[in-house]
Formats: sequence, structure tokens, C-alpha cells
Amino acid sequence: MPFDFNERIPIYQQIVEEIKQQIVTEKLMGGDKMPSVRELSQDMDVNPNTVQRAYQELERQNITFSQRGMGTFVSNDVSIKQNIKSEMAESILLQFSQGMKSLGMGNEEIIKSVTDYLERDDI
Amino acid sequence: MDLTNSRLSVSNLTKYYGGKCALKNLSFELQQGRVLGLLGPNGSGKTTLLKLIAGLLRQKSGEILIDGVKPSCGTKGCTAFLSDSEFLYSWMKISDAKSYYADFFTDFDSSKFNELLSFMNLDETAFVKSLSKGMKEKLSLSLSLSRNARLYLLDEPLGGVDPVARDKIVSAIIKNYTENSSVIISTHLVDYVEKLFDDVLYLRNGEIALFGNAEDLREEKGKSIDEIYREVFIND
Repeated sequence: MPFDFNERIPIYQQIVEEIKQQIVTEKLMGGDKMPSVRELSQDMDVNPNTVQRAYQELERQNITFSQRGMGTFVSNDVSIKQNIKSEMAESILLQFSQGMKSLGMGNEEIIKSVTDYLERDDI
Repeated sequence: MDLTNSRLSVSNLTKYYGGKCALKNLSFELQQGRVLGLLGPNGSGKTTLLKLIAGLLRQKSGEILIDGVKPSCGTKGCTAFLSDSEFLYSWMKISDAKSYYADFFTDFDSSKFNELLSFMNLDETAFVKSLSKGMKEKLSLSLSLSRNARLYLLDEPLGGVDPVARDKIVSAIIKNYTENSSVIISTHLVDYVEKLFDDVLYLRNGEIALFGNAEDLREEKGKSIDEIYREVFIND
């Protein structure tokens, strides 16, 4: 997985986001074994300590769990995927609504433009 | 920080060349398993610092300890120094360079070297004098990384190579250092290698301008290590 990092944001946070994305899009499923720190670091060409930090963060958020001598696994808890999805949607909505409001649009105008947009044939 | 894992400890290091001060009262620690970026413009003291750690120069005052031991014949056996100057004879083939290293360093791993050669697309039967500048750099790096050293000192490993080769070199460093070793990489081409660094030390005129954890600095400043470099040295 060649990965394009934004170097202005801590790299471990971007790895966390990437893995959350993979869980939402079901590239990673509950109970799946994660690549080892070393494998992922070579895949992404980043320092293994950075990947380690991302793994610690995922575990802290209960998205993954590690089993001694076995490796790291994606949590089997089905609510996790839903939580990540809402969290990601929230951040997209935040950016979107800020953008629309900065154009001077009110709530109703925003809702109408979204509805119109979604009803178009070309998307 | 856990001092028991300290691989390298530098305290109050001062170095003069004649009357000119090259390093002034420098102190920092590098933990085992971590990669330090040594960043600064030309003449800031990066090579001097690496040579002192490698035991190739003597300081005026202060102390360097590698796993608790001062730079000496003993530490040279566990410290791999990649210099930016040429050190191989031009009559040599790459295979001769390999035996030369295997003779010198007991920690040299020939099979690791063979792997690195094929990764770097270098041919063992080629003469050193036939290699381009970039190929020589790849060879020097392959030789250094093939040692099972505890401390790698890489002085400008990216100087003369093209962007594709830079990516290869970064991958080779990531593949070949282990959690038991530590690495210092000096460079002014920060953007190509910044994802390699755990810690960064910005050196200005022989003094520390900024020292910290790379991820914490990104978070704190909302900038890349490269942009922080420009910010630190803008008036130099």
C-alpha cells in the first residue's frame, strides 16, 4: 500500500485514519489479523516506531486488541464500525457545513442544494 | 525518558578547529531503536558531530558515551559510519569491497549485503571506478547497512542520488535497521526522509536550535519537519 502522507499532520494519526477507513469500507473485518508493525512499516515506508504508536492508539480506542505472541486483531465488536462511520461522517459534515456557511448560505439553502445535488443523474 | 535504554549520550560537547568553535556545549540523548535526524545548513557542525561519535576526531571538552563507553577501538566495532567522502579504491570490484568490509568488521553480514545489492540493482562484478556518483552512494550505504551495528551514523546518505534512488535508500534503511540499533541521519534534504525520523535535532553554528520528537513537533506546530527547518534557518 503506497501511501501519500501529509507531513504537516503527525504520521501516526494518518495511519490510524487509514486503518479506520479500511474497517468502514470492510477491507478489514472484525477478527481480522492486522499486519505486523514491521510489515506495515515496510509497506508504507515509515519508521516502525511510528506504526507502533498508531497501533497503540488503535488499541487505546478499542478498535483493535493484541494477543500475546499472536499479533494484533480487529475488534469483533460490531458497534465499532458504526462508531467509526459516524465519527468520519461527522468530520466530513463539519467541513462541508463550514464551507457552505462561508459562502453565506443558510440552513435551508444548504439542505436544498444537497437534495438537488443527490438527485442529479450524473453522480 | 528511560535512561536505561540510552544508546548514545552526548553531554556538554565542545569542539574547536584551531580558534574556530565547531560545536558548543552540545547535550542530547538517543534511545535504542530510534532514528534521529540531524538537520542543519552546511557548516553547522553535522559531520563534525558524527565524526566525534565515530571516534575519528577528539573533542576539546564534554563527553560522548555509546552504551556507556567512550568512542574507542571497542565502539568502532559496533558503530557503522557512512561518510560522504570516498573510501573505496577505484581498482576494486564491488565483490572486493565486500571482502574488504568482511575482513575489517566482524559484524558484517555478507548475505544481507547480497540482498541489498540486488535491491539497489548493483552488480557485484562491476568496478568501483565504473560507478556513477549515485551508484557509489548506494554501494556505500549497502556496505554500512550490512553491518549488524548498534549505532549507524549516516552522513548525507542522499546527497547525489535521483528521487527514485532516494526512495530506494529510504526503504533500505527502514528494512534494515532493527529495534536493537539506533540511527543518526544527517541531511539538508529533509522532505525526502522526514517520515524516517523519531527525533530531530536542528543544529545551528554548532549549537542546538531545536530538539524534539518529530510527531510532537508536527502536532504542536501544524508543520512538516521540512517546513520547521525553513522556519528555524530562515535568517541564516
